Amino acid sequence: MAILVIAEHDNSTLKGATLNAVTAATQMGGDLHVLVAGAGCGAAAEAAAQVAGVSKVLVADAAAYEHQLAENVSKLIAELGKDYSHVVSPATTTGKNVMPRVAALLDVAQVSDITAVESADTFQRPIYAGNAIATVQSLDAIKVITVRGTAFDAAAAEGGSAAVEAVDSVHDAGVSSFVGEEMAVSDRPELTAASVVISGGRGMGNGENFAMLEKVADKLGAAVGASRAAVDAGFVPNDMQVGQTGKIVAPELYIAVGISGAIQHLAGMKDSKIIVAINKDEEAPIFSVADYGLVADLFEAVPELEQKL
Amino acid sequence: MKVLVTVKRVIDYNVKVRVKSDNSDVDLANVKMALNPFCEIAVEEAVRLKEAGTASEVVVVSIGPKACQEQIRTALALGADRGIQIETEEAPESLSVAKLLAKVIDEEKPELIIMGKQAIDSDNNQTGQMLAALLDMPQGTFASEVKVEDGKVSVTREVDGGLQTVALNLPAIVTTDLRLNEPRYASLPNIMKAKRKPLDVKTPADLGVEVKAHTKLLKVTPPAERQAGIKVGSVDELVEKLKNEAKVL
Ligand SMILES: Cc1cc2nc3c(=O)[nH]c(=O)nc-3n(C[C@H](O)[C@H](O)[C@H](O)COP(=O)(O)OP(=O)(O)OC[C@H]3O[C@@H](n4cnc5c(N)ncnc54)[C@H](O)[C@@H]3O)c2cc1C
Ligand SMILES: Nc1ncnc2c1ncn2[C@@H]1O[C@H](COP(=O)(O)O)[C@@H](O)[C@H]1O
Repeated sequence: MAILVIAEHDNSTLKGATLNAVTAATQMGGDLHVLVAGAGCGAAAEAAAQVAGVSKVLVADAAAYEHQLAENVSKLIAELGKDYSHVVSPATTTGKNVMPRVAALLDVAQVSDITAVESADTFQRPIYAGNAIATVQSLDAIKVITVRGTAFDAAAAEGGSAAVEAVDSVHDAGVSSFVGEEMAVSDRPELTAASVVISGGRGMGNGENFAMLEKVADKLGAAVGASRAAVDAGFVPNDMQVGQTGKIVAPELYIAVGISGAIQHLAGMKDSKIIVAINKDEEAPIFSVADYGLVADLFEAVPELEQKL
Repeated sequence: MKVLVTVKRVIDYNVKVRVKSDNSDVDLANVKMALNPFCEIAVEEAVRLKEAGTASEVVVVSIGPKACQEQIRTALALGADRGIQIETEEAPESLSVAKLLAKVIDEEKPELIIMGKQAIDSDNNQTGQMLAALLDMPQGTFASEVKVEDGKVSVTREVDGGLQTVALNLPAIVTTDLRLNEPRYASLPNIMKAKRKPLDVKTPADLGVEVKAHTKLLKVTPPAERQAGIKVGSVDELVEKLKNEAKVL
């Protein structure tokens, strides 16, 4: 049986996380189909058809799917999913919102946030803020899976030539509606995909001081992240939170500034290749995971770093 | 309006859990247990709705062994009115939890159900969404703001790119994110009062639900440890190391 990957997109472009989910799905074995559900989402479907390894793209184009409302999209996915061995989605906030509903509609478990595929039915996933790795076997006929993007390479966005097929089924539960959104606009790379991330914590003192990190980020082509404490204090928006209950990142270089290194923060960044910590407290737990630790006042060290890059 | 809140007993968030040497699971013997932080936020939100006159009653439900009555009592001390424990040997898988909760909700008929977005032990982030599907109810997950008005609930959600607001018909399910509120501490008199609040105990059989395993835990291993790094003495040394040793600049 084939595997259905749920595309993450904004109706015009395919989100990068889809490509990591495709790689994970490839490792499960089987023909690979991608579902693009949206409104006016033809361009995203075309992009999905180009992805290497994909044999068919299903497009469900209807107003009810425009904002990925879980009540509507989950019914579509569950209906289509009955004919697949696996239904796979990125573990983004969209995937996390929709996929457990799909699992319940299919009366199967969801294996959340997998970091490795051992076989068609056995997966690894972190539990307890990444302090343990569980190897889990699914006993269900249909496996509903969400994929941690940082654990799988991105599939090639070009090179494929999948057939594109329209799906007519429209599910409008009529119980929820989209009211509005406030999305961050930034020229910087996306946090979860950036090869360099510089994050600030409570030690930054206020939101204005994040400008220091942005200057460094501009020089390194980096994304800017934050600890929960920095978000809770209102220094920066919620979508910058890195950690167990925020975003998971694993860049080539992660620079933690004024962050103590609580287990919940480490859970979101300890798979980074090189970790740098700048903290004035030499006892800070962040130093236990840092390849290079600098015990210094960030208000002196960060501007100096920016200058010397 | 009746509000139902679910609470899970989990390891205290400050504890760094260890894996058992036989790799069968994590070791929870003598580990401090607590109310899942996201459930604490859920209880706080429900209690605030009651204080605002929007909610008439707050019912808390926990599924697990007898020990989870402690967490129900904590929720009662924070201001919930009564508790229901569904007695099981250990906390069942999410789908079974959702099926048990669906039966409780059939009986209790709350208009709003508030849950945590994630249990910090299993890190599943799925039970609320599953319950919503089973009950065919709308859901507002990862909520940072909840407003009940005119038979609807408006939920602002923390999503990857920022914030999204949805309007849901009632009854609805909300799952909490960190910024929804800051939970209060229970006062000593309220802790004493909580001991006398009603707490019902039921079994899955009472509810007509068969608790079934859909997954099998094959093993639990510690994560790859990072090699301890070095301390550098200056920004110059840091830049030099990043360029020539780590080669990331
Ligand atoms: C349910 C739950 C979920 C959570 N999820 C997350 C999550 O996803 N992500 C997350 O990050 N946290 C999360 N947390 C919070 C976590 O436990 C910590 O509270 C948080 O990470 C601390 O943030 P911080 O390191 O910025 O602040 P602090 O712990 O206060 O550390 C600030 C650091 O800055 C240093 N500092 C101060 N001034 C300076 C200066 N001038 N120069 C240099 N250094 C300085 C201090 O020495 C200190 O080490 C969660 C907690 C709970 C309970
Ligand atoms: N055994 C349980 N008893 C009560 N509530 C639970 C239980 N398991 C999960 N929940 C609820 O579902 C939420 C999400 O859990 P999870 O999907 O396991 O991450 C938790 O924050 C609880 O509110």
